[in-house]
Amino acid sequence: MTSPTTRRGFLGRALSSGGLLALSGLACDSRRPKEGFLGLMERVNEGFQQALFQPDRLAPELPESALTPPGRYPAYLIGREYPAAPAGWALRVGGLVQRPLVLSAADLQRLPRTRVRVRHHCVEGWSAVAAWDGVRLSELARLAGIDPRVRYVELRSFEPGYYSSWDRESALHPQTILAYGMNGNPLDRRYGAPLRLYSAVKLGYKMVKWVTEVTFLPVRTGGYWEDRGYEWFAGV
Amino acid sequence: MRRPVQPLAVRVTHWVNGVLLVVMAGSGLRILKAFPSLGEKGRPYAWYPFHGDPPPEALMIGGWLAGARHWHFAFAWLFVLNAIVYVTYLFASGAWRERLFSPRRDARHAWLTLLHDLRLRRGPLPPHGLYNGMQRLSYTAVLALGALSVLSGLAIYKPVQLRWLTALHGGYDAARAVHLLVLVALAAFTVLHVVQVALHPRTFVDMTLGGSRAPPSRPEGPA
Repeated sequence: MTSPTTRRGFLGRALSSGGLLALSGLACDSRRPKEGFLGLMERVNEGFQQALFQPDRLAPELPESALTPPGRYPAYLIGREYPAAPAGWALRVGGLVQRPLVLSAADLQRLPRTRVRVRHHCVEGWSAVAAWDGVRLSELARLAGIDPRVRYVELRSFEPGYYSSWDRESALHPQTILAYGMNGNPLDRRYGAPLRLYSAVKLGYKMVKWVTEVTFLPVRTGGYWEDRGYEWFAGV
Repeated sequence: MRRPVQPLAVRVTHWVNGVLLVVMAGSGLRILKAFPSLGEKGRPYAWYPFHGDPPPEALMIGGWLAGARHWHFAFAWLFVLNAIVYVTYLFASGAWRERLFSPRRDARHAWLTLLHDLRLRRGPLPPHGLYNGMQRLSYTAVLALGALSVLSGLAIYKPVQLRWLTALHGGYDAARAVHLLVLVALAAFTVLHVVQVALHPRTFVDMTLGGSRAPPSRPEGPA
């Protein structure tokens, strides 16, 4: 801090005075995009996106010829390497449900299988296409018997600290699945094996990989990317 | 009371638009930097010459991807709102008649202005009102470009919920290319516009302070 008699010191004190605090509440700080005017507008945009969202509107299912060439489908890391599933891995389904579930890989394979072959939209701007096989999240919600108070769904990974939370409508969309297969093969670890979230109605960073826990909640939580400043709703 | 050359509504929306355009372009380029290519993964567009080249650092706003996205989607509303104010003024005041391009009235004059400005035609231009034909053509085209920037932006913002709009652009990656090409066209317009204003500084004063209309006919302005 410089001497209070300097111009800088004066400006500093002026900026911290009450009148300008109100103004700074509407500031645009790129490092804190959830605050100030940028944060206010994220909430406006969330309302806009929710108003646009139609639970029964499907993304176009694409032909096999649209698949991204092998090796060109990007894979992303959270930690230093792609995590391996812990021994005895199982999916836990809980929260505000009548029947909490613990499902092994074999249990998941026995549930109704859904294939989604749609365009993937990454926050970075690229798009790619793969065919994903798995179980609808809405099927798990049905099996567990979710409470009417449920408004959000949180998905957690066995990769420490990696999670996301979704609005109920997007999570229960018919093209939102927990996928264990990709392009007709078992899911590779690079793409989230043994189980990852896949959906036609969100940006890629909302799709948690290496999933181990699904929790149905009445309140919203955050997410690995969302807590770092990326938009929470991120619908497409 | 004197009639200004540029009424207050035009002056305010013009300069507000200038600032918003800089914010939208700068944050848009920062978003582009995250994937500085066009075309889907594994199928890049052959015609695009800058695959992998990030935009110049000095032109970008927002610091990082999430920051730039927040800037872009926050200020997009102000950009649209400002455009709505301007277009509403144009039609409510009747000013559209002397500001927008009408092919029958202005096409020939636009052509003559172009030849004149390129020094391919000697002698004075036929008299005209507030704007010459080329100005009307340019200012109308740039309004259409602004509308296309919003539509192509919505197409890549909501390729599923607005899938009809995305399909109209030829798909998600085509819409993304359209969105960038609109920026290139807007940038080209802005460069020509600033050059013309520099050649006719009076127009800068009018657009800032309003100016006042000379009685019969004004000398030619910028195209």
